[in-house]
Amino acid sequence: MLRDITIGQHFPGTSRIHTYDPRAKIIMTILFIVLLFAASNPLGLVLNFILLGLLYRMARIPFKLIVKSLKPIVPIIIFTSVLNLFFITGEGDPLVHFWFISIYAEGIRYAILMACRVVALIAGTSLLTYTTSPIVLTDAIEQLLRPLAVLHVPVHELAMMMTIALRFIPTLIEETDKIMNAQKARGAMLDNGSLKERVTALVPVLIPLFISAFRRADELAMAMECRCYRGGSGRTRLKVLRFTKRDLETTVICLLCFAVVFSTRFLFPGF
Amino acid sequence: MEAMLNAENITFRYDDESDRYALNGVSMNIKKGEFVAVLGANGCGKSTLAKHFNAILLPEKGTVTVEGMDTANDDYLYDIRQKVGMVFQNPDNQIVATVVEEDVAFALENLGVPSDEIRSRIDQSMEMAGIYKYREKAPHKLSGGQKQRVAIAGVIAMNPDCLILDEATAMLDPIGRDKVMHTIHTLNKKYGITVAAITHYMEEAAQADRVVVMSHGKIVMEGTPKEVFSQTERVRSLNLDVPQAAELRDELVKAGLDLPEGIIDTEECAQALYALLTEGSNAQ
Repeated sequence: MLRDITIGQHFPGTSRIHTYDPRAKIIMTILFIVLLFAASNPLGLVLNFILLGLLYRMARIPFKLIVKSLKPIVPIIIFTSVLNLFFITGEGDPLVHFWFISIYAEGIRYAILMACRVVALIAGTSLLTYTTSPIVLTDAIEQLLRPLAVLHVPVHELAMMMTIALRFIPTLIEETDKIMNAQKARGAMLDNGSLKERVTALVPVLIPLFISAFRRADELAMAMECRCYRGGSGRTRLKVLRFTKRDLETTVICLLCFAVVFSTRFLFPGF
Repeated sequence: MEAMLNAENITFRYDDESDRYALNGVSMNIKKGEFVAVLGANGCGKSTLAKHFNAILLPEKGTVTVEGMDTANDDYLYDIRQKVGMVFQNPDNQIVATVVEEDVAFALENLGVPSDEIRSRIDQSMEMAGIYKYREKAPHKLSGGQKQRVAIAGVIAMNPDCLILDEATAMLDPIGRDKVMHTIHTLNKKYGITVAAITHYMEEAAQADRVVVMSHGKIVMEGTPKEVFSQTERVRSLNLDVPQAAELRDELVKAGLDLPEGIIDTEECAQALYALLTEGSNAQ
Protein backbone atom coordinates (compact mmCIF):
# COMPACT_ATOMS: atom_id res chain seq x y z
CA MET A 1 0.00 0.00 0.00
CA LEU A 2 2.88 2.36 0.76
CA ARG A 3 4.41 1.74 -2.62
CA ASP A 4 1.67 3.78 -4.27
CA ILE A 5 2.85 6.98 -2.64
CA THR A 6 4.87 9.08 -5.03
CA ILE A 7 6.14 12.48 -4.10
CA GLY A 8 7.21 14.96 -6.70
CA GLN A 9 5.92 12.83 -9.56
CA HIS A 10 7.96 13.28 -12.67
CA PHE A 11 7.00 12.24 -16.19
CA PRO A 12 10.06 12.25 -18.39
CA GLY A 13 9.66 13.66 -21.87
CA THR A 14 11.38 15.65 -24.56
CA SER A 15 8.87 18.44 -25.20
CA ARG A 16 9.81 22.11 -25.15
CA ILE A 17 8.35 22.31 -21.66
CA HIS A 18 10.41 19.37 -20.40
CA THR A 19 13.68 20.75 -21.70
CA TYR A 20 12.95 24.34 -20.66
CA ASP A 21 15.58 25.73 -18.30
CA PRO A 22 14.32 24.78 -14.79
CA ARG A 23 15.29 28.13 -13.30
CA ALA A 24 13.18 29.99 -15.84
CA LYS A 25 10.43 27.39 -15.40
CA ILE A 26 10.25 28.10 -11.67
CA ILE A 27 10.12 31.86 -12.26
CA MET A 28 7.41 31.44 -14.90
CA THR A 29 5.38 29.29 -12.52
CA ILE A 30 5.60 31.99 -9.87
CA LEU A 31 4.56 34.63 -12.43
CA PHE A 32 1.65 32.43 -13.43
CA ILE A 33 0.47 32.29 -9.81
CA VAL A 34 0.73 36.08 -9.55
CA LEU A 35 -1.19 36.38 -12.80
CA LEU A 36 -3.98 34.16 -11.48
CA PHE A 37 -4.59 36.65 -8.70
CA ALA A 38 -3.85 39.80 -10.67
CA ALA A 39 -6.15 38.92 -13.56
CA SER A 40 -9.03 37.53 -11.57
CA ASN A 41 -11.79 38.65 -13.93
CA PRO A 42 -13.74 35.76 -15.53
CA LEU A 43 -12.29 36.39 -18.98
CA GLY A 44 -8.74 36.35 -17.57
CA LEU A 45 -9.41 33.05 -15.82
CA VAL A 46 -10.86 31.49 -18.96
CA LEU A 47 -7.78 32.55 -20.90
CA ASN A 48 -5.57 31.14 -18.12
CA PHE A 49 -7.36 27.81 -18.43
CA ILE A 50 -6.88 27.80 -22.18
CA LEU A 51 -3.19 28.58 -21.69
CA LEU A 52 -2.85 25.73 -19.17
CA GLY A 53 -4.63 23.34 -21.52
CA LEU A 54 -2.21 24.23 -24.31
CA LEU A 55 0.81 23.77 -22.04
CA TYR A 56 -0.40 20.35 -20.84
CA ARG A 57 -1.07 19.41 -24.45
CA MET A 58 2.48 20.43 -25.42
CA ALA A 59 4.00 18.48 -22.53
CA ARG A 60 1.81 15.48 -23.49
CA ILE A 61 0.65 14.93 -19.94
CA PRO A 62 -2.60 12.96 -19.84
CA PHE A 63 -5.69 14.77 -18.63
CA LYS A 64 -6.35 11.95 -16.13
CA LEU A 65 -3.30 13.01 -14.13
CA ILE A 66 -4.57 16.53 -13.59
CA VAL A 67 -7.80 15.14 -12.20
CA LYS A 68 -5.79 12.80 -9.98
CA SER A 69 -3.61 15.61 -8.64
CA LEU A 70 -6.71 17.69 -7.91
CA LYS A 71 -8.51 14.99 -5.94
CA PRO A 72 -6.75 15.53 -2.59
CA ILE A 73 -7.51 19.26 -2.62
CA VAL A 74 -11.23 18.97 -3.32
CA PRO A 75 -12.05 19.60 0.38
CA ILE A 76 -9.94 22.76 0.34
CA ILE A 77 -11.70 24.00 -2.79
CA ILE A 78 -15.11 23.33 -1.26
CA PHE A 79 -14.12 24.98 2.00
CA THR A 80 -12.83 28.18 0.39
CA SER A 81 -15.83 28.38 -1.94
CA VAL A 82 -18.30 27.92 0.89
CA LEU A 83 -16.57 30.58 2.96
CA ASN A 84 -16.76 32.98 0.02
CA LEU A 85 -20.36 32.09 -0.53
CA PHE A 86 -21.38 33.00 3.00
CA PHE A 87 -19.16 35.92 3.82
CA ILE A 88 -19.17 38.05 0.70
CA THR A 89 -21.83 40.70 0.99
CA GLY A 90 -22.89 42.39 -2.19
CA GLU A 91 -25.13 45.32 -2.97
CA GLY A 92 -28.88 45.01 -3.16
CA ASP A 93 -31.01 42.31 -1.57
CA PRO A 94 -29.61 38.90 -0.77
CA LEU A 95 -30.78 36.01 -2.93
CA VAL A 96 -31.40 33.78 0.05
CA HIS A 97 -31.89 34.89 3.58
CA PHE A 98 -32.14 32.29 6.32
CA TRP A 99 -31.47 32.96 9.99
CA PHE A 100 -27.96 34.47 10.07
CA ILE A 101 -26.97 33.20 6.61
CA SER A 102 -27.48 35.43 3.64
CA ILE A 103 -26.22 34.61 0.18
CA TYR A 104 -25.70 37.36 -2.36
CA ALA A 105 -25.26 37.07 -6.11
CA GLU A 106 -21.82 38.55 -5.58
CA GLY A 107 -20.96 35.71 -3.19
CA ILE A 108 -21.83 33.03 -5.73
CA ARG A 109 -19.73 34.78 -8.34
CA TYR A 110 -16.74 34.96 -5.97
CA ALA A 111 -17.11 31.36 -4.86
CA ILE A 112 -16.99 30.08 -8.43
CA LEU A 113 -14.05 32.32 -9.30
CA MET A 114 -12.14 31.22 -6.21
CA ALA A 115 -12.67 27.53 -6.97
CA CYS A 116 -11.47 28.05 -10.54
CA ARG A 117 -8.45 29.96 -9.33
CA VAL A 118 -7.39 27.22 -6.88
CA VAL A 119 -7.81 24.55 -9.57
CA ALA A 120 -5.68 26.56 -12.00
CA LEU A 121 -3.11 27.13 -9.27
CA ILE A 122 -2.71 23.43 -8.53
CA ALA A 123 -2.72 22.42 -12.19
CA GLY A 124 -0.11 25.08 -12.97
CA THR A 125 2.29 24.17 -10.22
CA SER A 126 1.83 20.43 -10.89
CA LEU A 127 3.00 21.05 -14.44
CA LEU A 128 6.33 22.17 -12.99
CA THR A 129 6.87 18.98 -10.99
CA TYR A 130 5.49 16.76 -13.76
CA THR A 131 7.97 18.03 -16.32
CA THR A 132 11.08 18.55 -14.17
CA SER A 133 13.08 15.80 -12.46
CA PRO A 134 13.53 16.39 -8.72
CA ILE A 135 17.30 16.56 -8.98
CA VAL A 136 17.17 19.25 -11.68
CA LEU A 137 14.59 21.10 -9.64
CA THR A 138 16.85 21.09 -6.57
CA ASP A 139 19.71 22.33 -8.70
CA ALA A 140 17.60 25.16 -10.05
CA ILE A 141 16.39 26.14 -6.58
CA GLU A 142 19.99 26.17 -5.36
CA GLN A 143 21.01 28.50 -8.17
CA LEU A 144 18.01 30.79 -7.80
CA LEU A 145 18.60 31.13 -4.06
CA ARG A 146 22.34 31.62 -4.43
CA PRO A 147 22.17 35.42 -3.92
CA LEU A 148 20.87 34.69 -0.41
CA ALA A 149 24.22 33.08 0.48
CA VAL A 150 25.48 36.64 0.96
CA LEU A 151 23.05 36.87 3.88
CA HIS A 152 24.57 33.64 5.29
CA VAL A 153 21.62 31.50 4.27
CA PRO A 154 23.07 27.97 3.90
CA VAL A 155 21.81 27.55 0.32
CA HIS A 156 24.05 24.65 -0.67
CA GLU A 157 23.27 22.76 2.53
CA LEU A 158 19.53 23.20 1.99
CA ALA A 159 19.82 21.89 -1.56
CA MET A 160 21.90 18.92 -0.38
CA MET A 161 19.30 18.15 2.29
CA MET A 162 16.57 18.16 -0.35
CA THR A 163 18.57 15.85 -2.62
CA ILE A 164 19.23 13.38 0.18
CA ALA A 165 15.62 13.50 1.33
CA LEU A 166 14.44 12.73 -2.20
CA ARG A 167 17.01 9.95 -2.51
CA PHE A 168 15.86 8.29 0.72
CA ILE A 169 12.08 8.54 0.32
CA PRO A 170 11.81 5.25 -1.62
CA THR A 171 14.34 3.53 0.67
CA LEU A 172 12.46 4.54 3.80
CA ILE A 173 9.08 3.64 2.31
CA GLU A 174 10.41 0.17 1.59
CA GLU A 175 11.74 -0.05 5.11
CA THR A 176 8.43 1.09 6.63
CA ASP A 177 6.72 -1.67 4.67
CA LYS A 178 9.16 -4.20 6.09
CA ILE A 179 8.78 -2.98 9.67
CA MET A 180 4.97 -2.98 9.37
CA ASN A 181 5.07 -6.56 8.16
CA ALA A 182 7.44 -7.53 10.96
CA GLN A 183 5.14 -5.96 13.55
CA LYS A 184 2.09 -7.59 11.98
CA ALA A 185 3.87 -10.93 12.19
CA ARG A 186 4.13 -10.31 15.94
CA GLY A 187 0.42 -9.62 16.18
CA ALA A 188 0.28 -5.86 15.81
CA MET A 189 -3.14 -4.64 14.60
CA LEU A 190 -2.37 -1.83 12.20
CA ASP A 191 -5.45 -1.85 10.02
CA ASN A 192 -8.35 -2.00 12.42
CA GLY A 193 -9.60 -0.47 15.64
CA SER A 194 -10.59 3.07 16.46
CA LEU A 195 -8.60 6.05 15.27
CA LYS A 196 -6.83 6.31 18.62
CA GLU A 197 -5.93 2.63 18.59
CA ARG A 198 -4.57 2.90 15.09
CA VAL A 199 -2.43 5.91 15.96
CA THR A 200 -0.96 4.18 19.00
CA ALA A 201 -0.36 1.05 16.91
CA LEU A 202 1.89 3.13 14.68
CA VAL A 203 4.32 3.91 17.50
CA PRO A 204 6.10 0.52 17.26
CA VAL A 205 6.51 1.18 13.53
CA LEU A 206 7.83 4.70 13.84
CA ILE A 207 10.40 4.09 16.57
CA PRO A 208 12.43 1.48 14.64
CA LEU A 209 12.07 3.60 11.52
CA PHE A 210 13.56 6.64 13.25
CA ILE A 211 16.38 4.66 14.82
CA SER A 212 17.29 3.14 11.50
CA ALA A 213 17.11 6.55 9.83
CA PHE A 214 19.63 7.88 12.35
CA ARG A 215 21.93 4.92 11.71
CA ARG A 216 21.65 5.47 7.98
CA ALA A 217 22.45 9.16 8.44
CA ASP A 218 25.58 8.25 10.35
CA GLU A 219 26.79 5.84 7.70
CA LEU A 220 25.89 8.14 4.84
CA ALA A 221 27.80 11.00 6.44
CA MET A 222 30.86 8.77 6.72
CA ALA A 223 30.55 7.60 3.10
CA MET A 224 30.26 11.24 2.02
CA GLU A 225 33.38 12.16 3.98
CA CYS A 226 35.20 9.27 2.31
CA ARG A 227 34.32 10.81 -1.01
CA CYS A 228 35.90 14.12 -0.02
CA TYR A 229 32.67 16.02 0.70
CA ARG A 230 33.45 19.33 2.38
CA GLY A 231 30.47 21.59 1.82
CA GLY A 232 29.48 23.74 -1.12
CA SER A 233 32.57 25.87 -1.71
CA GLY A 234 34.77 24.80 -4.62
CA ARG A 235 32.26 22.24 -5.85
CA THR A 236 31.66 21.73 -9.53
CA ARG A 237 28.66 20.07 -11.16
CA LEU A 238 28.31 17.25 -13.64
CA LYS A 239 25.46 18.96 -15.39
CA VAL A 240 25.71 22.71 -15.76
CA LEU A 241 22.47 24.53 -16.45
CA ARG A 242 22.65 26.65 -19.60
CA PHE A 243 20.12 29.19 -20.70
CA THR A 244 19.88 28.55 -24.44
CA LYS A 245 18.30 30.48 -27.29
CA ARG A 246 15.40 28.04 -27.26
CA ASP A 247 14.85 28.85 -23.57
CA LEU A 248 14.80 32.54 -24.43
CA GLU A 249 12.15 31.91 -27.08
CA THR A 250 10.02 29.98 -24.61
CA THR A 251 10.38 32.75 -22.03
CA VAL A 252 9.32 35.44 -24.51
CA ILE A 253 6.31 33.39 -25.64
CA CYS A 254 5.26 32.80 -22.03
CA LEU A 255 5.63 36.45 -21.09
CA LEU A 256 3.60 37.54 -24.13
CA CYS A 257 0.79 35.13 -23.22
CA PHE A 258 0.83 36.39 -19.64
CA ALA A 259 0.72 39.99 -20.87
CA VAL A 260 -2.29 39.26 -23.11
CA VAL A 261 -4.15 37.63 -20.21
CA PHE A 262 -3.28 40.49 -17.88
CA SER A 263 -4.30 43.22 -20.35
CA THR A 264 -7.82 41.78 -20.72
CA ARG A 265 -8.52 43.15 -17.29
CA PHE A 266 -8.15 46.68 -18.59
CA LEU A 267 -9.31 46.17 -22.15
CA PHE A 268 -12.56 44.44 -21.23
CA PRO A 269 -13.27 45.56 -17.66
CA GLY A 270 -16.87 44.37 -17.92
CA PHE A 271 -16.00 40.68 -18.33
CA MET B 1 57.73 -2.88 -3.88
CA GLU B 2 56.63 0.45 -2.51
CA ALA B 3 54.32 0.50 0.48
CA MET B 4 50.77 1.69 -0.19
CA LEU B 5 49.46 1.65 3.34
CA ASN B 6 51.48 1.39 6.48
CA ALA B 7 50.36 1.18 10.09
CA GLU B 8 53.03 1.42 12.79
CA ASN B 9 52.07 -0.07 16.13
CA ILE B 10 48.73 1.77 16.36
CA THR B 11 46.31 1.76 19.28
CA PHE B 12 42.79 3.13 19.31
CA ARG B 13 39.80 3.15 21.67
CA TYR B 14 36.34 4.55 21.07
CA ASP B 15 35.89 5.68 24.67
CA ASP B 16 38.74 7.64 26.24
CA GLU B 17 37.79 6.53 29.73
CA SER B 18 37.45 2.82 29.14
CA ASP B 19 40.48 0.57 28.98
CA ARG B 20 39.00 -1.52 26.17
CA TYR B 21 41.14 -0.94 23.14
CA ALA B 22 39.60 -1.61 19.71
CA LEU B 23 43.10 -1.71 18.29
CA ASN B 24 45.95 -2.71 20.52
CA GLY B 25 49.32 -2.38 18.82
CA VAL B 26 48.61 -3.20 15.20
CA SER B 27 51.37 -3.00 12.62
CA MET B 28 50.54 -3.71 9.04
CA ASN B 29 52.02 -3.02 5.66
CA ILE B 30 50.18 -3.26 2.36
CA LYS B 31 52.23 -3.03 -0.82
CA LYS B 32 51.18 -1.41 -4.08
CA GLY B 33 49.09 -3.70 -6.25
CA GLU B 34 48.53 -6.26 -3.50
CA PHE B 35 45.19 -7.92 -2.67
CA VAL B 36 44.96 -8.37 1.08
CA ALA B 37 42.04 -9.96 2.92
CA VAL B 38 41.47 -9.08 6.56
CA LEU B 39 39.57 -11.67 8.60
CA GLY B 40 38.38 -11.77 12.15
CA ALA B 41 35.37 -12.48 14.33
CA ASN B 42 32.87 -9.70 15.09
CA GLY B 43 34.32 -6.89 17.20
CA CYS B 44 37.95 -7.84 16.58
CA GLY B 45 38.77 -4.34 15.32
CA LYS B 46 39.02 -4.97 11.60
CA SER B 47 36.55 -2.24 10.58
CA THR B 48 38.24 0.13 13.01
CA LEU B 49 41.56 -0.60 11.33
CA ALA B 50 40.05 0.05 7.90
CA LYS B 51 38.78 3.46 9.00
CA HIS B 52 42.32 4.41 9.99
CA PHE B 53 43.56 4.03 6.45
CA ASN B 54 41.69 7.02 5.09
CA ALA B 55 41.78 9.25 8.13
CA ILE B 56 38.18 8.73 9.22
CA LEU B 57 39.70 7.72 12.55
CA LEU B 58 43.09 8.78 13.88
CA PRO B 59 45.23 6.48 16.07
CA GLU B 60 45.76 7.31 19.72
CA LYS B 61 49.34 6.08 19.53
CA GLY B 62 51.42 5.07 16.53
CA THR B 63 51.24 6.37 12.98
CA VAL B 64 49.37 5.49 9.81
CA THR B 65 50.81 6.54 6.48
CA VAL B 66 49.32 6.39 3.00
CA GLU B 67 52.03 6.50 0.32
CA GLY B 68 54.22 8.20 2.89
CA MET B 69 51.58 10.78 3.93
CA ASP B 70 50.76 10.80 7.63
CA THR B 71 46.99 10.57 8.21
CA ALA B 72 47.32 12.78 11.31
CA ASN B 73 48.45 15.68 9.13
CA ASP B 74 45.40 17.76 8.19
CA ASP B 75 47.04 19.14 5.03
CA TYR B 76 47.01 15.70 3.45
CA LEU B 77 43.42 14.85 4.45
CA TYR B 78 41.77 15.15 1.03
CA ASP B 79 44.79 13.77 -0.82
CA ILE B 80 44.57 10.69 1.37
CA ARG B 81 40.82 10.30 0.93
CA GLN B 82 41.25 10.61 -2.81
CA LYS B 83 44.03 7.98 -2.85
CA VAL B 84 42.20 5.52 -0.62
CA GLY B 85 38.63 4.82 -1.63
CA MET B 86 36.32 3.08 0.78
CA VAL B 87 33.26 0.93 0.11
CA PHE B 88 30.96 0.03 2.99
CA GLN B 89 28.62 -2.80 3.79
CA ASN B 90 25.20 -1.32 3.09
CA PRO B 91 24.97 -0.05 -0.49
CA ASP B 92 21.84 1.99 0.32
CA ASN B 93 23.66 4.12 2.85
CA GLN B 94 26.46 5.29 0.61
CA ILE B 95 24.54 6.44 -2.43
CA VAL B 96 23.82 10.17 -2.26
CA ALA B 97 22.10 11.13 -5.50
CA THR B 98 18.83 10.09 -7.12
CA VAL B 99 20.40 9.10 -10.45
CA VAL B 100 23.26 6.59 -10.84
CA GLU B 101 25.55 8.83 -12.89
CA GLU B 102 24.99 11.80 -10.57
CA ASP B 103 26.07 9.64 -7.67
CA VAL B 104 29.19 8.40 -9.45
CA ALA B 105 30.04 12.05 -10.12
CA PHE B 106 29.60 13.06 -6.46
CA ALA B 107 33.24 12.67 -5.42
CA LEU B 108 34.52 14.47 -8.50
CA GLU B 109 32.10 17.33 -7.91
CA ASN B 110 33.46 17.60 -4.38
CA LEU B 111 37.02 17.67 -5.70
CA GLY B 112 36.13 20.57 -8.02
CA VAL B 113 36.86 18.73 -11.29
CA PRO B 114 35.60 20.65 -14.39
CA SER B 115 32.31 19.26 -15.71
CA ASP B 116 33.50 17.92 -19.08
CA GLU B 117 36.30 16.03 -17.34
CA ILE B 118 33.77 14.66 -14.82
CA ARG B 119 31.74 13.31 -17.76
CA SER B 120 34.65 11.37 -19.26
CA ARG B 121 35.92 10.08 -15.92
CA ILE B 122 32.56 8.82 -14.70
CA ASP B 123 31.86 7.15 -18.04
CA GLN B 124 35.17 5.32 -17.68
CA SER B 125 34.61 4.30 -14.07
CA MET B 126 31.05 3.12 -14.81
CA GLU B 127 32.47 0.97 -17.61
CA MET B 128 35.11 -0.40 -15.23
CA ALA B 129 32.46 -1.34 -12.67
CA GLY B 130 30.16 -2.73 -15.36
CA ILE B 131 27.18 -0.46 -14.63
CA TYR B 132 27.34 1.85 -17.64
CA LYS B 133 23.99 0.62 -18.92
CA TYR B 134 22.24 1.61 -15.68
CA ARG B 135 23.65 5.17 -15.64
CA GLU B 136 20.28 6.92 -15.96
CA LYS B 137 18.37 4.73 -13.51
CA ALA B 138 17.34 5.58 -9.99
CA PRO B 139 19.52 3.73 -7.44
CA HIS B 140 16.55 2.28 -5.56
CA LYS B 141 15.45 0.41 -8.67
CA LEU B 142 18.72 -1.57 -8.82
CA SER B 143 19.56 -4.86 -7.09
CA GLY B 144 21.95 -4.99 -4.13
CA GLY B 145 24.91 -6.13 -6.22
CA GLN B 146 24.27 -3.44 -8.81
CA LYS B 147 23.99 -0.79 -6.10
CA GLN B 148 27.26 -1.92 -4.57
CA ARG B 149 28.93 -1.62 -7.98
CA VAL B 150 27.52 1.90 -8.24
CA ALA B 151 29.23 2.64 -4.93
CA ILE B 152 32.47 1.13 -6.26
CA ALA B 153 32.22 3.20 -9.45
CA GLY B 154 31.68 6.32 -7.34
CA VAL B 155 34.88 5.58 -5.48
CA ILE B 156 37.07 4.59 -8.43
CA ALA B 157 36.03 7.76 -10.29
CA MET B 158 38.44 9.53 -7.92
CA ASN B 159 41.30 7.47 -9.48
CA PRO B 160 42.30 5.99 -6.14
CA ASP B 161 45.43 3.85 -5.78
CA CYS B 162 43.82 1.70 -3.15
CA LEU B 163 40.35 0.35 -2.49
CA ILE B 164 39.22 -0.66 1.00
CA LEU B 165 36.17 -2.87 1.18
CA ASP B 166 34.53 -2.96 4.58
CA GLU B 167 32.48 -6.16 4.26
CA ALA B 168 31.28 -4.86 0.92
CA THR B 169 29.67 -8.17 -0.06
CA ALA B 170 28.05 -9.04 3.28
CA MET B 171 24.54 -7.91 2.38
CA LEU B 172 24.47 -9.30 -1.15
CA ASP B 173 22.97 -12.45 -2.60
CA PRO B 174 25.41 -15.02 -4.05
CA ILE B 175 25.05 -13.76 -7.63
CA GLY B 176 25.54 -10.13 -6.63
CA ARG B 177 28.52 -11.12 -4.51
CA ASP B 178 30.16 -12.97 -7.42
CA LYS B 179 29.69 -9.98 -9.70
CA VAL B 180 31.12 -7.55 -7.15
CA MET B 181 34.13 -9.80 -6.40
CA HIS B 182 34.71 -10.21 -10.13
CA THR B 183 34.72 -6.42 -10.56
CA ILE B 184 37.15 -6.02 -7.68
CA HIS B 185 39.52 -8.67 -9.02
CA THR B 186 39.49 -6.98 -12.44
CA LEU B 187 40.32 -3.64 -10.83
CA ASN B 188 43.17 -5.28 -8.96
CA LYS B 189 44.64 -7.33 -11.82
CA LYS B 190 43.96 -5.10 -14.80
CA TYR B 191 44.27 -1.63 -13.32
CA GLY B 192 46.74 -2.37 -10.55
CA ILE B 193 44.55 -0.96 -7.78
CA THR B 194 45.62 -2.15 -4.34
CA VAL B 195 42.76 -3.88 -2.51
CA ALA B 196 42.26 -4.42 1.20
CA ALA B 197 39.10 -6.47 1.68
CA ILE B 198 37.56 -7.01 5.07
CA THR B 199 35.35 -10.03 4.82
CA HIS B 200 33.49 -12.84 6.53
CA TYR B 201 33.59 -15.11 3.50
CA MET B 202 36.50 -17.51 3.52
CA GLU B 203 36.07 -18.26 -0.16
CA GLU B 204 36.71 -14.61 -0.87
CA ALA B 205 39.74 -14.52 1.40
CA ALA B 206 41.15 -17.64 -0.27
CA GLN B 207 41.44 -15.69 -3.53
CA ALA B 208 43.58 -12.95 -1.98
CA ASP B 209 47.37 -12.60 -2.25
CA ARG B 210 47.71 -12.38 1.50
CA VAL B 211 45.44 -13.01 4.48
CA VAL B 212 45.62 -11.16 7.79
CA VAL B 213 43.65 -12.53 10.74
CA MET B 214 42.76 -10.24 13.64
CA SER B 215 41.53 -11.02 17.12
CA HIS B 216 40.89 -8.68 20.06
CA GLY B 217 42.54 -5.69 18.41
CA LYS B 218 45.68 -7.53 17.38
CA ILE B 219 47.00 -9.28 14.31
CA VAL B 220 47.30 -12.95 15.18
CA MET B 221 47.99 -14.69 11.88
CA GLU B 222 49.39 -13.51 8.59
CA GLY B 223 50.48 -15.18 5.37
CA THR B 224 49.33 -16.52 2.05
CA PRO B 225 45.84 -18.08 2.08
CA LYS B 226 47.47 -21.52 1.91
CA GLU B 227 49.68 -20.86 4.93
CA VAL B 228 46.80 -19.49 6.98
CA PHE B 229 44.01 -21.88 6.08
CA SER B 230 46.09 -25.03 6.34
CA GLN B 231 46.20 -24.35 10.08
CA THR B 232 42.53 -25.29 10.35
CA GLU B 233 42.52 -25.83 14.13
CA ARG B 234 44.09 -22.47 14.86
CA VAL B 235 41.71 -20.64 12.51
CA ARG B 236 38.72 -22.35 14.15
CA SER B 237 39.94 -21.43 17.62
CA LEU B 238 39.60 -17.77 16.53
CA ASN B 239 35.89 -18.34 15.86
CA LEU B 240 36.38 -18.33 12.12
CA ASP B 241 35.46 -20.83 9.46
CA VAL B 242 37.89 -22.27 7.00
CA PRO B 243 37.07 -22.67 3.31
CA GLN B 244 34.96 -25.78 2.70
CA ALA B 245 37.73 -27.42 0.66
CA ALA B 246 40.23 -27.04 3.52
CA GLU B 247 37.67 -28.43 5.94
CA LEU B 248 37.01 -31.46 3.76
CA ARG B 249 40.71 -32.12 3.34
CA ASP B 250 41.14 -31.89 7.10
CA GLU B 251 38.37 -34.38 7.84
CA LEU B 252 39.70 -36.80 5.24
CA VAL B 253 43.20 -36.64 6.71
CA LYS B 254 41.71 -37.29 10.15
CA ALA B 255 39.94 -40.31 8.69
CA GLY B 256 43.31 -41.66 7.61
CA LEU B 257 43.50 -40.62 3.97
CA ASP B 258 46.66 -39.20 2.56
CA LEU B 259 46.04 -35.76 1.05
CA PRO B 260 48.63 -33.07 0.37
CA GLU B 261 48.78 -29.94 2.55
CA GLY B 262 47.54 -26.50 1.61
CA ILE B 263 44.33 -27.35 -0.22
CA ILE B 264 42.03 -24.36 0.02
CA ASP B 265 39.95 -24.08 -3.10
CA THR B 266 37.38 -26.41 -4.60
CA GLU B 267 39.27 -27.03 -7.84
CA GLU B 268 42.45 -28.08 -6.03
CA CYS B 269 40.49 -30.29 -3.69
CA ALA B 270 38.68 -31.99 -6.57
CA GLN B 271 41.96 -32.69 -8.31
CA ALA B 272 43.57 -34.10 -5.18
CA LEU B 273 40.55 -36.35 -4.62
CA TYR B 274 40.61 -37.46 -8.24
CA ALA B 275 44.32 -38.29 -7.94
CA LEU B 276 43.65 -40.20 -4.73
CA LEU B 277 40.77 -42.18 -6.23
CA THR B 278 42.55 -43.10 -9.47
CA GLU B 279 45.61 -44.09 -7.42
CA GLY B 280 43.36 -46.25 -5.23
CA SER B 281 41.75 -48.04 -8.18
CA ASN B 282 45.16 -48.56 -9.82
CA ALA B 283 46.46 -50.20 -6.65
CA GLN B 284 43.54 -52.61 -6.55
